[in-house]
Amino acid sequence: MATEPAQRTSPPGPIGRRRAERLDRLAELAATPPDERGESLTRETLRRLRRSPMAMVGASIVLIFVVIALIGPLLTPPPSWLPLPLYSPIENVGLEQIRPGQIPGPSGDHWLGLDHLGRDELSRMLYGARQTLLVGVVATLIGFTAGAVIGGVAGAAYGLGGRIGRWIDSILMRFIDLLLAMPPLLLAFSVAAVLGRSLTAVMIAVGVAATPIFARLLRGSMIAQANRDYVLAATSLGVRRPRIVLSHVFPNSLAPVIVQATLTLATAIIEAAGLSFLGLGNPDSRWPEWGTMLAQAQAQLAVQPMLAVYPAIAIIITALGFTLLGEAMREALDPKLRR
Amino acid sequence: MRRPRWKAGIAAAAAAALALSGCAESGRGGDNDGADNDATLIFGTEGEIKTLDPTFSSDSITSRVANQIFETLVRLKPGGVEIVSGLAESWEPDESGTVWTFHLRDNVTFHDGTEFNAEAVCFNFDRWHNLPPGLAQDPDMSYYWQALSGGFAENTPDRDDLGDPLYVGCEATDELTAVITLSRPSSKFPGLLVRQQFAIHSPTALEKYDADNVGGTADAPQWPPYSLEHPTGTGPFKFESWDRANQEVTLVRNDDYWGGKATIGRLIFRAIPDEGARRQALLAGDIHGYDQPSPSDWAALQDAGMRLEIRDPMNLLYIAFTIDSHPALEKLEVRQAIAHALNRQAMVDAVMAEGAEVASQFGPPILPGWNADVPQYEYDPDKARDLLAQAGYDEGELELDFYWPTNVTRPYMPDPQSIFELFQRDLEEVGIVVNPVAEPWSPEYLADVQSGKADLHFLGWTADYPDMYNFIGTWFARPLPQWGFNNQAIFDALAEADAEPDADTRYAMYEQINAQIMEFLPGVPISHTPVAIVFAPNVTGVPPSPLLDERFETAQITG
Amino acid sequence: MTRFIIRRLLQVIPTLAALSVLLFIWLRRLPGGPDAALLGERATPEARAAIRERLGLDEPILVQYGRYMKDLLRLDFGVSTQTQQPVIDEFLIRFPGTVELAFTALAIAVGVGIPVGYLAARRRGGWLDNLVVSGSMVGICTPVFFLAFVLKWVFGEQLGWLPTFGRQSPGINATHVTNFFVLDGLLTREWDAAWDAFLHLLLPAIAVASIPFAVIVRMTRASVLEVLNEDYVRTAEAKGLTDRTIRGRHVLRNALLPVVTAIGVLAGALLSGAVLTETVFAFNGIGRFVYLAIQNADYPVLMAFIMFIALTFVTINLLVDISYSIIDPRVRVH
Repeated sequence: MATEPAQRTSPPGPIGRRRAERLDRLAELAATPPDERGESLTRETLRRLRRSPMAMVGASIVLIFVVIALIGPLLTPPPSWLPLPLYSPIENVGLEQIRPGQIPGPSGDHWLGLDHLGRDELSRMLYGARQTLLVGVVATLIGFTAGAVIGGVAGAAYGLGGRIGRWIDSILMRFIDLLLAMPPLLLAFSVAAVLGRSLTAVMIAVGVAATPIFARLLRGSMIAQANRDYVLAATSLGVRRPRIVLSHVFPNSLAPVIVQATLTLATAIIEAAGLSFLGLGNPDSRWPEWGTMLAQAQAQLAVQPMLAVYPAIAIIITALGFTLLGEAMREALDPKLRR
Repeated sequence: MRRPRWKAGIAAAAAAALALSGCAESGRGGDNDGADNDATLIFGTEGEIKTLDPTFSSDSITSRVANQIFETLVRLKPGGVEIVSGLAESWEPDESGTVWTFHLRDNVTFHDGTEFNAEAVCFNFDRWHNLPPGLAQDPDMSYYWQALSGGFAENTPDRDDLGDPLYVGCEATDELTAVITLSRPSSKFPGLLVRQQFAIHSPTALEKYDADNVGGTADAPQWPPYSLEHPTGTGPFKFESWDRANQEVTLVRNDDYWGGKATIGRLIFRAIPDEGARRQALLAGDIHGYDQPSPSDWAALQDAGMRLEIRDPMNLLYIAFTIDSHPALEKLEVRQAIAHALNRQAMVDAVMAEGAEVASQFGPPILPGWNADVPQYEYDPDKARDLLAQAGYDEGELELDFYWPTNVTRPYMPDPQSIFELFQRDLEEVGIVVNPVAEPWSPEYLADVQSGKADLHFLGWTADYPDMYNFIGTWFARPLPQWGFNNQAIFDALAEADAEPDADTRYAMYEQINAQIMEFLPGVPISHTPVAIVFAPNVTGVPPSPLLDERFETAQITG
Repeated sequence: MTRFIIRRLLQVIPTLAALSVLLFIWLRRLPGGPDAALLGERATPEARAAIRERLGLDEPILVQYGRYMKDLLRLDFGVSTQTQQPVIDEFLIRFPGTVELAFTALAIAVGVGIPVGYLAARRRGGWLDNLVVSGSMVGICTPVFFLAFVLKWVFGEQLGWLPTFGRQSPGINATHVTNFFVLDGLLTREWDAAWDAFLHLLLPAIAVASIPFAVIVRMTRASVLEVLNEDYVRTAEAKGLTDRTIRGRHVLRNALLPVVTAIGVLAGALLSGAVLTETVFAFNGIGRFVYLAIQNADYPVLMAFIMFIALTFVTINLLVDISYSIIDPRVRVH
């Protein structure tokens, strides 16, 4: 049985329309009833994923990234039994080789060369993976949590609250749609400019920029399920509505959320890099993070341009990995969405 | 020069003739082959010119333009720090040091034809002294007169920083003799007068174009016609036009100049705020020079054939202790430990321009009063740890707030972030826990560090005029929240030096004081950085000035 | 119809009002004014005190807020601490530059993106298609400012084909009428000035165009694919209509609809891109001004920019919403 499209009480403004449409489609997947999913959604999806080259590439990249993020700090500096040319990321090991206008490139002792203060670039890149992952994860978490609260409240209000509920939903969604209409970078910029210069401010700002996406997603999926047979059945059996929401509706929304979270993680890292570039990140840049490293490298562009290339490539590949994986998951979840 | 012999001979003769015909103190002098006397020199400035009347401004761009149009009583020797004659041929104080007699140059006229004489000089000094209360006396407006005289004929009420003025009066005892009376002797006189803020303007023009009628607010002043269109001085260049759309000020040669006429016909100052854009413009031949190229570009510019003139350092970067903000800092051993912990030479080598030196005291070596025998604090982390232990602080027990500025470059501090990170590391090496506080330069950083909030912070200074008192007197002549100490011995010694009329005696006193200061160690002097100016390969004849006020009248553009 | 518009307006106003309050609170917690910025390290504590007093930071909050709102409604955003000129004037001077940049970028993105997307869809599965799909994905994952660096480095400094600084070469003395440099050159018949300005636009515009290009290509490709499968195309093919006719009449027109819808998203991407790119090229538009405002803690400018973003996108949203309601009556019911 086909699902009904999610009820949109107030259509999104056309700027947000495109984004909103995609989100609503994604949200609808939550309402795919069990019998249509085959044996289980998970197994079916995983099977499709395994067959998709896009998914495999994306997953491998993500895996490598996470591994580096976890073990990177353990390797810099490496334990004595490991003969690798790695050092502490904040130690100015090669300072005497630095002059204004002279930054050495790759050498035997330093495979990626030095940065402008004589620190080993490779060590900083390895260590920086963790901080970069942290930025992406925290920003996504913030976006998801805030979005879930707003979207959840809106969706629940719509489904359970009668006329007043729909009105609350309408107000919340109007606010969310406005946020959705704003370009995410500039929205994050506005928040970060007000919060001050720190990595936390950047993470919060990017999270805020991601909130409307999750809000719309959660709300959409809850509403999509409001009319599902099993909900109607449970209601007629006397099961209390809140319980239905908690034990059925919410868990079913998980799949689209995971997809969106994966995609958001990619853009979060890129937006964070953009904010650092604009001068909103942490001015103290001893502890490496790819986005800040990229932003700072622009001052050294004339002297050692590779200092910009390494973090940029790392960011691009990582973001690509998450995006490929996310898109593949989205496609795998819904065969109708084949491109 | 690949010319055949006989042409060289003629050129040499012509050059000699030109040289003899009166370029008074031109730096590079004589050889003029190929130079076009009517050439236009275009100089790139780092910001827009805001006003043409230097009285109400303290930024270097206004001063640079003013330096070509106006002249002061005394000048800096081209390329050096000695004070030589400008509009005054000679001058002497009386025994008490409070009455200064200036013998003025004869046959000098302002650009509008008014005669330059002692009356004109007194008119100008009285003008500054009599600036009306309010906007004209705002610290942002007439900073240098306040720095010199400390007050006005009538001070703005509620201004605690204005007191009894140093300047008492000026008398034109005859046509070419101006006598200026001070309320007490001061080391600022006549040194500070080299600055453009004390240039002599034409009284006629000042009155006619309403020079003192500045309206608006200090943030958004509304300038009178004098400042915008009729700056009238005695200098080798006259103001021609100001093209606001293209941000260009054009000056032309003053053919009635009393000295050697300018060897270029026109001088254009063009604002190019982005440093990279200035560099591109120079390389592309769109401008003939610009000031303060970033040190990391020096090698590349020289390789491209540009003329890089490196001036002697007249600045200082220092770390200040705010002694009363943390009990540890009150202990001399702790301050000494920090001085020994900092690897200043490594930082200077990696970050500062070529030719930068580690500073041994709070003033540059080029100034008299510099003392080669002050207590030294070499880089010695072990000694630092010992001293800290002596003071009762083991590894990790001492935590200090270290403030550093973001979003700023100064001539003495091209890259605050790098400097901070290196020093942070040095301090951590000896077991001090550093709590970094980064703030934007203006207003937060300056406001906070100058009110004493930091434990440690960076700051620096570029000389206003060539006297050691401009450094040590600015900081250590009275109790200041920034430094947080009350060392009466140093205060008294500096007061005495300031009041000493005889220059040589004063310099000897400065040497003493510098040793005293380095003994007491209110901070750690870090470095003196040379600042450069760069010209196109075919531009010669502009001697670099340590105070950044080059004059272009001897410039020559060949080919 | 009017009721609809009014109702939408009413829903927007509370958001903007809330925004203004938030910004005011933010502005108030910062130390006011430049505070001896001109003097820098030369300011003595007494001078600083004199200046702070002059700036009048002691009035009661409501008075300050009242003054702030009054100024805001008169479009008086105060004075930039960097240039000492009114913020609104500084914005108006620089706005045309960014618009020129955005317009050029959009032209590139659309002009190249739609044909490429179409071709990729027509030859589905071919090398172009695969290149396009993977390329656009990489494009979206590349930070715009890094792309700007690369373009500047390769085409500007290494190859020297295109200028990399500012909007006009220093040597060119152009007359400015509208402050749209290319347009000005054309209006005043200073062809070299117009051409020079155009060259300066190219590299930044390519950088800014990267994300819109990727979006447009994918969307065009997707909608062309969708439409190609529609029955009426098959019917047309069955009827024997030539390929070109099909292309022209049906496919393209229907495929363009989603693209038009997406213009709003693209406007956002263009402005964001401009903010990130202008600095790299020292291009004197709003983006660079904002960047400098962050560097120099020029809070009046930052505040004005935030309000500007909010206002712009809320307005665009509202306007297009209204025009949609004219086109599609179903929307109006809600």
